[in-house]
Amino acid sequence: MYEIVAREDFSDSTFLLEVHHPLLSKAAKPGQFVIVMSHADGERIPLTIADFSPDRGTITLVIQAVGKTTREMQQNNRVGSGLYALVGPMGVPSHIGDAGKVICVGGGLGVAPVYPQARAFKQRGAYVIGIVGFRNKDLIFWEDRFRAVSDELIICTDDGSAGIKGLVTDGIERAIQAHSDIDEVIAIGPPVMMKFAAEVTRPYQIKTLVSLNPIMVDGTGMCGGCRVSVGGEMRFCCVDGPDFDAHQVDFDELMSRLARFRKEERRALERWDRSDNCRLLQEDRDVSD
Amino acid sequence: MAKKTIRTIPQQRTPMAVQDPKQRVGNFNEVALGYSVEDALNEAERCLMCPKEPCVQGCPVGIDIPGFIQKICDQDFRGAYDVLAEATLLPAICGRVCPQEDQCEKVCVVAEHLEPVAIGRLERFVGDMAVAEGWANTPDIDPNGYRIAVVGAGPAGIACAADMAKAGCEVTIFEALHRPGGVLTYGIPEFRLPNQFVDAEFQKVLELGVKLEANTLVGRLFTIEQLRDEMGFHAVFIGTGAGYPAFMGIPGESLNGVLSANEFLTRCNLMRAGDFPTKDTPLGLGRKVAVIGAGNTAMDAMRVSLRMGADEVHCVYRRTKAESPARVEELHHAHEEGIVFQWLTAPVEILGDEHNQVRGLRCIRMELGEPDASGRRRPVAIPDSDFEFECDTVIYAIGTNANPIIGQTSKLKLNKWGYIQADTDQCTSLAGVFAGGDIVTGSATVIQAMGAGRCAARNIKAYLGINDTVDMDISDADRSRIFGIDARQKKFTRVRLPGQEHSAGPA
Ligand SMILES: Cc1cc2nc3c(=O)[nH]c(=O)nc-3n(C[C@H](O)[C@H](O)[C@H](O)COP(=O)(O)OP(=O)(O)OC[C@H]3O[C@@H](n4cnc5c(N)ncnc54)[C@H](O)[C@@H]3O)c2cc1C
Ligand SMILES: Cc1cc2nc3c(=O)[nH]c(=O)nc-3n(C[C@H](O)[C@H](O)[C@H](O)COP(=O)(O)OP(=O)(O)OC[C@H]3O[C@@H](n4cnc5c(N)ncnc54)[C@H](O)[C@@H]3O)c2cc1C
Ligand code: SF4
Ligand code: FES
Repeated sequence: MYEIVAREDFSDSTFLLEVHHPLLSKAAKPGQFVIVMSHADGERIPLTIADFSPDRGTITLVIQAVGKTTREMQQNNRVGSGLYALVGPMGVPSHIGDAGKVICVGGGLGVAPVYPQARAFKQRGAYVIGIVGFRNKDLIFWEDRFRAVSDELIICTDDGSAGIKGLVTDGIERAIQAHSDIDEVIAIGPPVMMKFAAEVTRPYQIKTLVSLNPIMVDGTGMCGGCRVSVGGEMRFCCVDGPDFDAHQVDFDELMSRLARFRKEERRALERWDRSDNCRLLQEDRDVSD
Repeated sequence: MAKKTIRTIPQQRTPMAVQDPKQRVGNFNEVALGYSVEDALNEAERCLMCPKEPCVQGCPVGIDIPGFIQKICDQDFRGAYDVLAEATLLPAICGRVCPQEDQCEKVCVVAEHLEPVAIGRLERFVGDMAVAEGWANTPDIDPNGYRIAVVGAGPAGIACAADMAKAGCEVTIFEALHRPGGVLTYGIPEFRLPNQFVDAEFQKVLELGVKLEANTLVGRLFTIEQLRDEMGFHAVFIGTGAGYPAFMGIPGESLNGVLSANEFLTRCNLMRAGDFPTKDTPLGLGRKVAVIGAGNTAMDAMRVSLRMGADEVHCVYRRTKAESPARVEELHHAHEEGIVFQWLTAPVEILGDEHNQVRGLRCIRMELGEPDASGRRRPVAIPDSDFEFECDTVIYAIGTNANPIIGQTSKLKLNKWGYIQADTDQCTSLAGVFAGGDIVTGSATVIQAMGAGRCAARNIKAYLGINDTVDMDISDADRSRIFGIDARQKKFTRVRLPGQEHSAGPA
């Protein structure tokens, strides 16, 4: 059991877990992820290491409740309880080179995984332009943390309820117009967002990295379920990634492969929604409202 | 009793009861049901007790085959287990999965005239009885203060860990997955090797004092060098297997419905996708399945597909049945269960529909040409023989490559295919670091991996100067046996003779 020592709920659907694992907190580097099983019958799901603190001996995960597993975690993973399995760090750490000026883009939940990279660049003395995008003001989280590691921060919301009205791609365009000397863009978020971010930077030939999120099982290279096409070649995301050159990634293939289990996912979620567990969750919410 | 000869022994090999093919494709219960005591006694009678013991040479770990069979004849089953336990830790497993027809049974003298002695079935009989009776030869361990790290809880790692623990070392196994067993747990299905046996055999290893640290990805959480230089381990054994599935590079491999046998089997065996949605991991199997390859992995993937409800399962293999590397028994069972074999057939393209879902496979027919370097006749394509057939799932079982994680994160020397370089003593290029099993040889067998683990253990002992060859019973008056293994001695016990030095501990 890996003990959950802190939890924070950012919205109805997004929450943070801080989990005790001293060795992992020392080994983790920006860009890496873990595989989690919340209980013995659970699925193995990958989650990015959104923060790590060797002093506290913990790592931080930020999770969006989108399906059965993540909703169940939202309901059950309270402080003091534990995760059945937690393994990592997985993946090749992000290369934090000596870029002078970088844009770090986080779309929605992607704000969490891109944060350690923004911080690492800042620590290396780079000029960091942070761009974060959310559907609306209520979904914003970690603005303070991001601001602390950015020289400039652009907030984008779909409805204009905070920052500029528009998508992160508008933010990227704006930053590129304002700075002609951007060395690198790191963009993390939903696959469509990463796809369009890549299209924005492509004409400027700015090196752009994305962190891919295909369906995984083991995370050790053993199953090949996480394969993605980069520059026309098959790569295993868990071993060769998760960071890849955005201009080489076949995003359409990634998106299509993410829909592999749509039928089963829907079935699991419906079953969960009907179960007692979920009613409890609903009551919980009603009480706190 | 008169000496047995080829003419006096039972002429027929004792058959083993199996579940009816029609019934068994609907369940995950074991297919081969094992020998009864009568069956075992009958089959044991067939062994000629050859003084030259060719079968022992045929066994990768040198089990004293006539020795244990004699004990069965004597109805001393515990004694038979003791003989087995000297050479193999996992008789219930090896009896089920070893390719005996290529090893001990291939060279059995009886096979010159009749079917060979069913050595594997007899081994399984004894192994099962040991599990049922809870027999374990846990020695009296004298701690020596050495700490050994074993990376990977597959057969190689388990074998090495057990031997080191018996020698008095403090052993920790680090395993990336949440359960131990390696391929035995995630790959080989329940109907061929029930998990209960893997668990029972692993339990014995834990009883030797071995610690298991699951959920530990070595290379990333810490490196091999860190284990040795910073974490206080005096020697390291790497047995991480070769699980890194190969694809062919033909068009259509990224379609939904294409997966590796490893993924498919892991979802079923390790994650219990068969019980979805009670268990959370989905399987996503279609109704018409094509499996590419014809080894054990392919047989397992095909037979699991049937049990998971596929209507039709095809085996696509570019050579012929004669070249199939699968165990004869598995091939036979697959036939019985209604697998459609497409020999001399190679896939050239996986066809997809507008939803990027597999709808078929385009193949080409092959014929066997001149022998290649391996001595097998090379399959060559017959021009214009392409054809398509409908399927919605394609499973690759064409072998695996070396997992790169350890190689990338350490200074270990690798060979040109990325496997860890180790000499015949299982020594790697790093002092104090040993490796064995599939990560050194590429995909091989359970028993070879176990053999490599034990060979590494011997050499780790030599490297550390541990002397644990004093296997004797102090009350045994016959002291001439001090340095040999006394066949009559049932318990593997390390006892110091009065006045004898401890094996040297760490400085
Ligand atoms: C490297 C990597 C890092 C990730 N980091 C985070 C993170 O920090 N926070 C976060 O909330 N999510 C992250 N994800 C996505 C997260 O793993 C999925 O949201 C989660 O698995 C969904 O499970 P579910 O049962 O709740 O939903 P489901 O209903 O099963 O699926 C919802 C969606 O998640 C995808 N998904 C389903 N199963 C898996 C799986 N085993 N592996 C990967 N994706 C899957 C599916 O494509 C589907 O579209 C990451 C994924 C990867 C590969
Ligand atoms: C489906 C299938 C069927 C088979 N059938 C047979 C059969 O019938 N008979 C037979 O003799 N052989 C069979 N084999 C082959 C046999 O299983 C293997 O040769 C044998 O298991 C190899 O043992 P190993 O200990 O080297 O590796 P593995 O069994 O592969 O175990 C390696 C272990 O190391 C772990 N690991 C990997 N990397 C790391 C890391 N970085 N850190 C920590 N842990 C790590 C893995 O998770 C795994 O648990 C089959 C193989 C497959 C895939
Ligand atoms: S070769 Fe066959 S008959 Fe001879 S000892 Fe071995 S098993 Fe018995
Ligand atoms: S998740 Fe299985 S190989 Fe990457």
